[in-house]
Amino acid sequence: MDKFLRVNDLKVHFPTDDGVVKAVDGLTFDLEKGKTLGIVGESGSGKSVTSLAIMGLHRGTRAQVSGEIWLDDQDLINVSDEELRGLRGRKMAMIFQDPLSAMHPYYTIGKQLAEAIMVHEKVSKANARTKVIEMLGRVGIPNPQRRADQYPHEFSGGMRQRAMIAMALINDPELLIADEPTTALDVTVQAQILDLMRSLQDEFGSAIIMITHDLGVVAEIADDVLVMYGGKCVEYAELDDAFHRPDHPYTWGLLTSMPRLDRVKSERLVPVAGNPPSLINVPPGCAFHPRCTFCDYAAADCTTVVPELAPSYPKHDSRCHIPAAKRAELFAEQIAPRL
Amino acid sequence: MSLLRVTDLKKHFPTYNQKLIRHEGDPIKAVDGISFSLEPGETLGLVGESGCGKSTAGRTILRLLEPTAGTIEFEGRDVTKIGGEDLRKLRREVQMVFQDPYGSLNPRHPVGAIIAAPFQIQRITPEGGVKKAVQELMERVGLNPEHYNRYPHEFSGGQRQRIGVARAIALKPKLVVCDEPVSALDVSIQAQVINLLEDIQAEQNLAYVFIAHDLSVVRHISDRVMVMYLGKMMELADRDRLYERPMHPYTQALMSAVPVPEPRRNRERILLTGDLPSPQNPPSGCVFRTRCPIAVERCAAEIPLPVEIEPGHLVACHFPAVRNVL
Repeated sequence: MDKFLRVNDLKVHFPTDDGVVKAVDGLTFDLEKGKTLGIVGESGSGKSVTSLAIMGLHRGTRAQVSGEIWLDDQDLINVSDEELRGLRGRKMAMIFQDPLSAMHPYYTIGKQLAEAIMVHEKVSKANARTKVIEMLGRVGIPNPQRRADQYPHEFSGGMRQRAMIAMALINDPELLIADEPTTALDVTVQAQILDLMRSLQDEFGSAIIMITHDLGVVAEIADDVLVMYGGKCVEYAELDDAFHRPDHPYTWGLLTSMPRLDRVKSERLVPVAGNPPSLINVPPGCAFHPRCTFCDYAAADCTTVVPELAPSYPKHDSRCHIPAAKRAELFAEQIAPRL
Repeated sequence: MSLLRVTDLKKHFPTYNQKLIRHEGDPIKAVDGISFSLEPGETLGLVGESGCGKSTAGRTILRLLEPTAGTIEFEGRDVTKIGGEDLRKLRREVQMVFQDPYGSLNPRHPVGAIIAAPFQIQRITPEGGVKKAVQELMERVGLNPEHYNRYPHEFSGGQRQRIGVARAIALKPKLVVCDEPVSALDVSIQAQVINLLEDIQAEQNLAYVFIAHDLSVVRHISDRVMVMYLGKMMELADRDRLYERPMHPYTQALMSAVPVPEPRRNRERILLTGDLPSPQNPPSGCVFRTRCPIAVERCAAEIPLPVEIEPGHLVACHFPAVRNVL
């Protein structure tokens, strides 16, 4: 297989006293090198759990992970812990949302980055430090020599996020997973970080998974878009298609409920009614049906039958019982004018 | 008469260097001279990056923080220095909705008690009793009144924010300061709370000071918008004028940085380099000059004062120029 990353029918279930939490329930996607996949969803949709599963970070917890994850023809589900440690940081790396809790407060930034090198390579401390300083400079941290000796709390939010990106990129990973990397940052800093990720991708040709709830960020950086709801993928498409002819009522809801910067859409926003589902009691049938206003057009019973992910256009899948032609019509008539 | 008039408001936080002898350092100038007025029923958006002083400004207006200098007039009355009983009475008119729907509700109090607190503190018995009033409020904000005895942890983030709104409007205030009321909520829930705030405003002729970092939300909800940077006002204008004809280079940079949900829309982007300078030690002259793409020597020497360039459009810049960045 030529795809760099392949995820097939991934399931991550957490047994709890109240029942099984199906955080991710059958997720399939792939990603080529040099491309970016944007995973969009609300809190509790399973997007972060997916990324942790790829990194093998559910091991040693109660999570039950099943399905297939192949990275460069290596089976990540059945790989030994030792081999996985060799891959983490070198072949695949992750940028977390909150750099303050993802970094160790007692060690200097320089020391933490050097450790990431020394785990994988036999290099002297001095050489590791040279590389650390070079990397800090590359991600746009001014005065890297001095900054390397500072502690995480001495960095501002944007600088800390840069340091974490430097740490993730220091071994030139081929897969980079960024879990809401800019959510805690100001828009001006967010713009800098997104630019940085783009230019580093051009330089290294890495594959990026960008996890976010912000459709604006996705539009800016992704090549493909995957929308998650209740642990399942509800829509999976190429970037332009996903925005120009979104094909799932949940994606429509996300788009119509967002106010726009560049125009006043309407006097009132059109929110998605209700609340995101509990993952212990995911609604039967289509998980979105209690919040969906289009169930009347469905060809099957949304409340009992789980819809399959099916192509509605070439390279554009969605999970909905409404016939594809009807959805296209509904979008053109009711949704597009509201965007 | 304006509902609220704020003149040259300053809030400085003292700092101390404690070595052998404690002595005062340079104060942190969180808010450093902002002025604006607000009409009844109007919404003023307050935007800027974190650390620009927008939350401090909101809290100082409500006298949750003591202003260092300047005046706050509410309905023509100077409330900058009032205290005790007068201040308590003022709170019937001005209320607040907080950002964090988890931290702003006492976890040990049932929702009914939380929403009833304003009545209790103000020793007001509404017609029909407190319980009935609370249940009406719960219904008004879209909560089930039967959940009167439930505790905050039993509600979702969006519902908790509704509780916060119910508490704020309990005494039918004239002004509510909303400090990032929707930024902790999921996108699909944000719109529900924004619509609720707008409906209540229309019913009760409420005025809002709406503090947020999300420029898209601010555009939607505000009548006028003020942009702040390092404790100072950079630009203030009607919503559409500000977004369509921004004149301050900071406003332009801020707007150009917001990603728009539309792929391949190659907008011009004004990249700001570096981080926000420390408000303890702000740059001389124009505070924005260290990150400004058009700064010249004059900007370091001379503080630009807000000038009304067109009616209702104030810009604090030596070289204001329209630049559409959307």
